[in-house]
Amino acid sequence: MLEVIDLHASIGDVPILKGVNLRVNAGEVHAIMGPNGSGKSTLAYVLAGHPSYKATSGRALFEGQNLLAMLPENRARAGLFLSFQHPVEVPGVRFDEFMRAGFNALRKSRGVPEMGVLDFNKHLASKLGIVGMDATFTRRYVNEGFSGGEKKRGEILQMAILDPKLAILDETDSGLDVDALREVAQGINKLRRADNAILLVTHYQRILSYVTPDVVHVLIGGRIVKSGGKEMALEIETEGYDKYEDMAKALRAGA
Amino acid sequence: MSTGNRAVKELASQSYQYGWVTPIESDTAPRGLNEDTIRWISAKKNEPEFLLEWRLKAYRHFMTLLQKEQLPEWANVHYPSIDFQDIIYYSAPKTKEKLNSLEEVDPELLKTYEKLGIPLGEQKRLAGVAVDAIFDSVSIATTFKEELAKYGVIFGSFSEAVQNHPELVEKYLGSVVPYTDNFYAALNAAVFSDGSFCYVPKGVRCPFELTTYFRINAQSTGQFERTLIVADEGSYVSYLEGCSAPMRDENQLHAAVVELVTLDNAEIKYSTIQNWYPGDEEGKGGIYNFVTKRGKCAGANSKISWTQVETGAAITWKYPSVILQGDNSVGEFYSVALTKGYQQADTGSKMTHMGKNTRSTIIAKTISAGHGNGTYRGLVKVMPKATNSWNFTQCDSLLLSNSCGAHTTPYVEVRNNSSHLEHEAFTSRVSEEQLFYCNQRGISLEEAHRLIINGFCKEVFKQLPFEFAVEATRLLEANLEGTVG
Ligand SMILES: Nc1ncnc2c1ncn2[C@@H]1O[C@H](COP(=O)(O)OP(=O)(O)OP(=O)(O)O)[C@@H](O)[C@H]1O
Ligand SMILES: [Mg+2]
Repeated sequence: MLEVIDLHASIGDVPILKGVNLRVNAGEVHAIMGPNGSGKSTLAYVLAGHPSYKATSGRALFEGQNLLAMLPENRARAGLFLSFQHPVEVPGVRFDEFMRAGFNALRKSRGVPEMGVLDFNKHLASKLGIVGMDATFTRRYVNEGFSGGEKKRGEILQMAILDPKLAILDETDSGLDVDALREVAQGINKLRRADNAILLVTHYQRILSYVTPDVVHVLIGGRIVKSGGKEMALEIETEGYDKYEDMAKALRAGA
Repeated sequence: MSTGNRAVKELASQSYQYGWVTPIESDTAPRGLNEDTIRWISAKKNEPEFLLEWRLKAYRHFMTLLQKEQLPEWANVHYPSIDFQDIIYYSAPKTKEKLNSLEEVDPELLKTYEKLGIPLGEQKRLAGVAVDAIFDSVSIATTFKEELAKYGVIFGSFSEAVQNHPELVEKYLGSVVPYTDNFYAALNAAVFSDGSFCYVPKGVRCPFELTTYFRINAQSTGQFERTLIVADEGSYVSYLEGCSAPMRDENQLHAAVVELVTLDNAEIKYSTIQNWYPGDEEGKGGIYNFVTKRGKCAGANSKISWTQVETGAAITWKYPSVILQGDNSVGEFYSVALTKGYQQADTGSKMTHMGKNTRSTIIAKTISAGHGNGTYRGLVKVMPKATNSWNFTQCDSLLLSNSCGAHTTPYVEVRNNSSHLEHEAFTSRVSEEQLFYCNQRGISLEEAHRLIINGFCKEVFKQLPFEFAVEATRLLEANLEGTVG
């Protein structure tokens, strides 16, 4: 589904990603862990096409298409979704209106007729349960005044509505209390299928105990220094990144 | 390419859709301004003596101002000086003596309004909206008249009111905006040709939205209409005005006056969707929109609310205001002003608190694109006796290009210490983060701008009657097309 080959990327002139390799197949969940500032969000943004993040070399293929050459809206329409680490406020725009705009943009691009307000609202109502969100939220302005946890639920609600092939979840678990985390994680599980995939960025193993990853990657200094099974997440939680920092140093020396 | 560059393509300028001219014969006053012009207009309209006298006083006052060169200068707008002798002050479509029904209206005129999307024909009337259509200087048709009469609501052209209800006109004309108020108010009082008049009697809730539609057609004419709305005790009326003009290379002057009066417990909601011809991409032509709008909450517990969506005109200079005279009265001003191309808008509101416990709210949204220049200018004045008064002012600007501007000039003057005033102001650009967030959901840049800009205006659009809110949204989008996205 997603193939990233020796991807380098910078913000302005500052190189952040220094050769990332990654392959995610349909039906898989991949976790990406790594210390603060190691480039996890950068990877997410570059894949989603944020204009401030430039891929300087390497490739990223999404279902065989050259992702890096596509406009961000076309990546979304092709089925790539990003749950933002910091969801953005859009004052005066109602959340339901916003989701409908995205939903219909996707449909239109696929030659499916747009859905009217009433039908969409029914569709939306049927998805609220997945993240345990109250309907009143969808009538508020996008992320405005939402608590940290509410914003994250809102992101997963959008995932449920847009039904992407590949969802990149950037620290969806941060800011959620224990009960909310369980609820949202179970929601994510409900959205898992054999024909979609999830790339899950996190600092904590807790979410991974619900959403079991097939592969865990450790990203340090803009490189994936090690990939392994789900037990790696547990180990990181108790031992930290020291061991991997050393690996990163060795990699840098070798490069 | 940054989203900014991709987004703000400099002004592929949406062409103005209402720029055509109606071929029609008209009755026009001789070019220029002198006492004879005033007498000519007054005679033409068969006006009572008091009105001619009032016009002449206004004319003399105007001439002294003109001689002393006391043109308004405080506004942050720039334009070449106007030759007041080179304007035709009155132009009316030639008609039969008196129209008895809509069927007698010149079909060319009906076609004009049809083309503008304003329904005057019997079958096509917008449900629940009564329309008064003003073409160049005179009112040509009013719909729903009989139905309104059943409720005792008087609605129609100003000229008609002068003939049928001179006592009401004499009592209220100039009671809120005297001819001495300012330069253009003096000019208007001297030469005003027609306008709308509305009186809602005691205790009546007007069952229709009332609408006046202004259209400038003839060349070299100025349009000077005058609107007067009186809401008697305990009554309510919602009123809307719309306007457009043909595309012409020269600038045309529109200097209107609107006066509103509410007595005890009455409420007037006045909405404007202003779409005068703004001039071409280089800034040539367009309407000079110099308007004095003021309401007086004369009675206790009364309320006046202004909502305006200003998208047209080369230059707009207008400050819908409220004098809060009655105790516990409420004044509101909600505004969206868009400037693009070389448009200039200097607009805002003035709230004068005189009665006790009076409250006012000002929400002004300025959107600037291209080389547009928008200024908010406001004054909140609280008099010594207006104890426990309250004002909230919020002026937000949204910039859509690097060559546009937005300015806010709020003044406050408080003369007691039990009153409470709050002021907020923000200037923002459509942020790259917001656009990316929208894009990431599959929403195109153009649609993203539309969402964000509409969101920016939401608080104001919410105040408009539903069908006009839809209209305002469409108008704003049409005006921004090609500017962003
Ligand atoms: N606009 C910017 N200008 C310069 N450097 C930036 C900018 N944005 C991010 N960076 C830097 O890029 C590096 C990678 O940031 P990134 O957000 O990808 O980290 P992260 O792994 O997601 O961290 P966290 O776990 O804290 O979310 C950091 O050192 C950060 O300071
Ligand atoms: Mg991050």
